[in-house]
Amino acid sequence: METLKNTNPILEIEDLSVVYETDLETVRAVNGISMKIEKGKTLGLVGETGAGKTTTALSILRLLPENTGKILGGEIRFDGKNLLELPEEKLREIRGNAISMVFQDPMSALNPVYTVGDQIGEAIKFHNSHLTKEEIEERVEEMLKLVGIVPSRKVEYPHQFSGGMKQRVVIAMALCCEPDLLVADEPTTALDVTIQAQVLAMVSDLRDRLGTSMLMITHDLGIVAKTCDNVCIMYAGKIIEAGTVEDIFTGDRHHPYTEGLFGSIPNLKVKSSRLKPIAGLMPDPTDLPKGCEFAPRCEKCMEICKENKPEIYTEGAHQFYCHLFGKQGKEQAMTEGGGRDE
Amino acid sequence: MNKEERIPLLETRDLKKYFKTGAGMLHAVDSINIKLYEGETIGVVGESGCGKSTLGRTILKLIEPTSGDIIFNGQNISKLGTRAMRQLRTEMQIIFQDPYSSLDPRKSVIEIISEYMMIHRIYRTRREAYNRAAELMELVGLARRYADVYPHELDGGRRQRIGVARALSLNPKFIVCDEPVSALDVSIQAQILNLLMDLQEELNLAYMFVTHDLSVVKHISDNIMVMYLGTCVEFASSDALFEKPLHPYTQALLAAIPEPTLESRNHPFKLIKGEVSSPIDPKPGCRFARRCEHCMARCTEETPEYIETLPGHFVACHMVNGK
Repeated sequence: METLKNTNPILEIEDLSVVYETDLETVRAVNGISMKIEKGKTLGLVGETGAGKTTTALSILRLLPENTGKILGGEIRFDGKNLLELPEEKLREIRGNAISMVFQDPMSALNPVYTVGDQIGEAIKFHNSHLTKEEIEERVEEMLKLVGIVPSRKVEYPHQFSGGMKQRVVIAMALCCEPDLLVADEPTTALDVTIQAQVLAMVSDLRDRLGTSMLMITHDLGIVAKTCDNVCIMYAGKIIEAGTVEDIFTGDRHHPYTEGLFGSIPNLKVKSSRLKPIAGLMPDPTDLPKGCEFAPRCEKCMEICKENKPEIYTEGAHQFYCHLFGKQGKEQAMTEGGGRDE
Repeated sequence: MNKEERIPLLETRDLKKYFKTGAGMLHAVDSINIKLYEGETIGVVGESGCGKSTLGRTILKLIEPTSGDIIFNGQNISKLGTRAMRQLRTEMQIIFQDPYSSLDPRKSVIEIISEYMMIHRIYRTRREAYNRAAELMELVGLARRYADVYPHELDGGRRQRIGVARALSLNPKFIVCDEPVSALDVSIQAQILNLLMDLQEELNLAYMFVTHDLSVVKHISDNIMVMYLGTCVEFASSDALFEKPLHPYTQALLAAIPEPTLESRNHPFKLIKGEVSSPIDPKPGCRFARRCEHCMARCTEETPEYIETLPGHFVACHMVNGK
């Protein structure tokens, strides 16, 4: 815990709230989340569709859809600067340079009418105006080699590459300016397992060599176990549990949603006849419950959960957004004769 | 458990499906032999492009096979015409991958579920069909209040339940589940998997479960077939396959799954080089040879035979069968 306080985070998000507004409705996508990524570490952001993971990522680079997406409040501090207050020109210097992003779908992240070499070179040229054409070409070739593509293929177009290769090109683009922070939004979801393993191994290796910090967004707990140092679990725009990977994967105290998430994955080692899914569905983000967002699906729901939003309770670095960890939850556990003992 | 004495519900013999393309013949499904018994599940796994979906569709004759036999319930259906097939379709159904594009957006839930029953004239009146559809909705866990809503008003999990109800509407014996949960979130995925397993037990259904997700396939299948570029490289019971995979491709595939445990953190990924090569006019030899770390001279010259290496465990590999 002590070491945690001493390290300085590269990115700090504090009390961020984001909504999507249309004439008809307001979608509350992110509702007051806080997290930090330490230098050189990887933070995993886990959650199901609609939890607000991608919205969080887009907010960091202020890439939310202009007409509907609105950041209501909070701060995103990168290297001491609040990104939400920076003017657009300053932000453009950061995008792709100090912070870069890998998107989920490599098929649509590349421009089909430019060669991959041109597309990688574009980012280098934009952020390094002093470089000559030859130097840029050299750097492009270096990047392709780094991600395991023969440099001579730089003259080819995206459609000539397979899915895994395209994702490598996208990663080469993201890493070409040696960013301090890489935001990877489900980088392997569109890929097969064997290719996923190749891409993840490559990303981990590059991260270690270049010392890049990373925000890994995924719904796959296996990827988190394999690549992340710290984990935030998101549900309906809230971070409901956060901690180190050890806290999340081995700790015996968890948010009921985390328990449900683990119960939903078929286990490869143990043969079980039935999965233990979470009943019900995620709440409608235009009409969130009054109390805890998870209360309608929670097996351990108490009266207070339906009425009041929980606070964040901490046990060391391990954080819970759940009434069970508050005073009432503990009292309830006592009267029910344990279940959650201290 | 004398499997030899039981008659399989579905059997394929040397089933092939080739597609003609500009570049040559695409061997999508090549010499597949499977046996599936009543009430059992066969899982078909492989990477995208290995022919697993084509296999499912060929067995249902949604695509005409190039050669080989499909024997369903003792009858060879590979040469049957459209009309004869239409009658058989009541006994074999499919659940599609994408619950968004496989439902007619202009029909209400009850209309979608009763559509097959109307086509096959199972009931004389629409009302009777609707009554049956309402029963089916209950069976798959859809509240009756959704009967008159349209698919776009529902989430992925509920839509997939419509797909399941529709597939069950004609009381089939056999259902091809083509990646039925891969478009869904894990917590919803688990709900649908439990539903499929409960229905199997209740109605004695046979499933062919096509997926790329190995943990799902292990959970639901009795036997698993691993496909690579149109061919079956390994077939075994679910437990045997995961305990002792014999084919180098199966081993690599299993090693590539990131497991949600901390122990897996310290093991580096075991990688296979390269990517799936082209299935167009494949050369003789093992199709996995180019990516295989155990590749021998023989592997690139001679197509490995598909042999019962251990009881009930079939493998097509020179290295495994050579010993």
